[in-house]
Amino acid sequence: MSTATANAIDSVFAELAARGETALIPFLTMGDPDLETSVRLIAAAEAAGAHMIELGVPYSDPLADGPVIQRASERALRHSISLTDCIGVATKAREAGVRMPFILFTYFNPALQLGLERFFSLLQEHGFSGVIIPDLPLEEDAEVREIAERTGVHLIPLVAPTSEARVERIASRAKGFVYCVSSLGVTGVRSDFHAGIDQFLATVRRASNVPICVGFGISSREHAERFAGIADGVIVGSAIVRQVEASLPPSALGDAGRTEAGLAEVRVFIAGLKPRKAGEV
Amino acid sequence: MTTTQVPDTHGRFGGFGGRYVPETLMNALYELEEAYNRYKDDPDFLKEVRYLLKQYSGRPTPLYYAERLTEHLGGAKIYLKREDLNHTGAHKINNTIGQAVLAKRMGKKKIIAETGAGQHGVASATVAALLGLECKVFMGEEDTKRQALNVFRMKLLGAEVVPVTSGTRTLKDACNETLRYWVSHVDDTYYILGSVTGPHPYPMMVRDFQRVIGLETKDQILEAEGRLPDVIIAAVGGGSNAMGIFHPFVGDASVRLIGVEAAGRGVDTDKHAATMTKGTPGVFQGSMSYVLQDAGGQVQEAHSISAGLDYPGIGPEHAYLKDIKRAEYVPITDAEALDALQLLSRKEGIIPALESAHAVAHTLKLAPTLPKDTTIVISLSGRGDKDVESIIGYLGGDLP
Repeated sequence: MSTATANAIDSVFAELAARGETALIPFLTMGDPDLETSVRLIAAAEAAGAHMIELGVPYSDPLADGPVIQRASERALRHSISLTDCIGVATKAREAGVRMPFILFTYFNPALQLGLERFFSLLQEHGFSGVIIPDLPLEEDAEVREIAERTGVHLIPLVAPTSEARVERIASRAKGFVYCVSSLGVTGVRSDFHAGIDQFLATVRRASNVPICVGFGISSREHAERFAGIADGVIVGSAIVRQVEASLPPSALGDAGRTEAGLAEVRVFIAGLKPRKAGEV
Repeated sequence: MTTTQVPDTHGRFGGFGGRYVPETLMNALYELEEAYNRYKDDPDFLKEVRYLLKQYSGRPTPLYYAERLTEHLGGAKIYLKREDLNHTGAHKINNTIGQAVLAKRMGKKKIIAETGAGQHGVASATVAALLGLECKVFMGEEDTKRQALNVFRMKLLGAEVVPVTSGTRTLKDACNETLRYWVSHVDDTYYILGSVTGPHPYPMMVRDFQRVIGLETKDQILEAEGRLPDVIIAAVGGGSNAMGIFHPFVGDASVRLIGVEAAGRGVDTDKHAATMTKGTPGVFQGSMSYVLQDAGGQVQEAHSISAGLDYPGIGPEHAYLKDIKRAEYVPITDAEALDALQLLSRKEGIIPALESAHAVAHTLKLAPTLPKDTTIVISLSGRGDKDVESIIGYLGGDLP
């Protein structure tokens, strides 16, 4: 089995744990504003201190996503970005010197249409360490999980505050990390989290053999720090995608100066999300 | 026949169906399934549903022998199952009564619904008013323009209509937005899904609530003709009226079941909603079924003159019936549906909904080819009043 080689997600969490740090995991919609800029945004995220990154595949019907990521998907789909294009971005980002682990975030149908075997062999070939499929609950994931285990790509599951008795089943067999949904709802910036969030995270922690990360609605360093002590990582999506929307509108493309400036703004924004370690100012 | 045993406990109709939704909704789907299983055979529950279907909606609806249309076509005897005579003007209320009574039993005070043509939205707003529930209806912005009358009707009934501006601004995105809202409010909100689509248990439950169409038809045709019909024809968007009339006949192998889908401007154009003719299997809005999609799995925009058929998916049980060859699915264009609408209006004094006109249009092709001693039942799923304004747009205000 190819899992004999350590998965990069596991290695990064082990290093962070040793240093007492919380993982910062940005999300970017691939192809927004275009694929070339996506590669540069990934590099900017790493320069800003990201420890691993979710590469989002734009989809026509993003059920789990709020308006910010919906708009990004629509922008990307205007130039017909495909699943294979998104997977290919990983190789280009490696060529540009990016070292952090890559996690693909895709709805199930594009992967299904590509063919699940081919999908995972492409993920392997392009150096992905994990995959998140938000509309594939455990009841439907048998085939995907089997191929994921065979190819050594971690299938990272989501758990929600409504998962209740399901937490145990989901977390106990998770690979990579458990993606804890912070609140009821779709992705997007929000001001408050689910009332029982701390208890929920404690429940997931008890059931899980792998790190736990929190996502959905995390948009500031304050949010990130709120979870730094109780989770192993924070995932920031919509807040970053919104910054990309503001700093790198399609009209900025082709203007080298504006693109540079936009990339710098996004880098600064991501750096500003990073939770400080105790005593750090 | 084994078809009466689908879906299995995972909501599978053969390879179709299932529950492809965000984790946040999974417990709500189980809660719904448990509640439905608890009440579906409960005498008090059934008594309330049957009472409302009869005294409030006016069931049973007639099975009407369309004599002049039959003579005009010169072939099979044509019967119309008059779902258009239901309260609110379409079959949709069969399902909303069932689900709203269930929601109340589950202790939910708020309901949400998606709507395309507005018929399901009106039927949801109606039962919400009837049972004292708070109601929010999500409707594509494009459809709110095409069906302004229904928007106003829902508001009169006390519902809030939320125009959906994402994606295609039609039914598909209204469904997405309703699901998103449900994810955020799953604690206290019941989602009345309007068709035999979406994640399990909806395709099964909506079918069961719509089966009354087929059950009545069976009794009525046996009374009128002394035997089962030869053909049943129904329009399919998501497929609820078709599944409702088909299902009690699935085990009767002699009865041909024909679903009519919207070919829009033609199945060889990019403006159609012919999911069975041109679609391929995929996962869309919570279940595996046929979907209009590109090679990369992006769901495509559908087109039909009828807002209720303008949908790129179809219920998983229809996909199953197609694959086991128990039902056939045929396309009808916008133009054919408009012609059929006018013919039925003039021959029978019944203005059908544009959705139902698709079923009539296929009958116009089929009936003349069948012997006079055969019978066809059309599910006349809704009345055309809601469409009059858009028909004026297509035909011009001045008819010859």
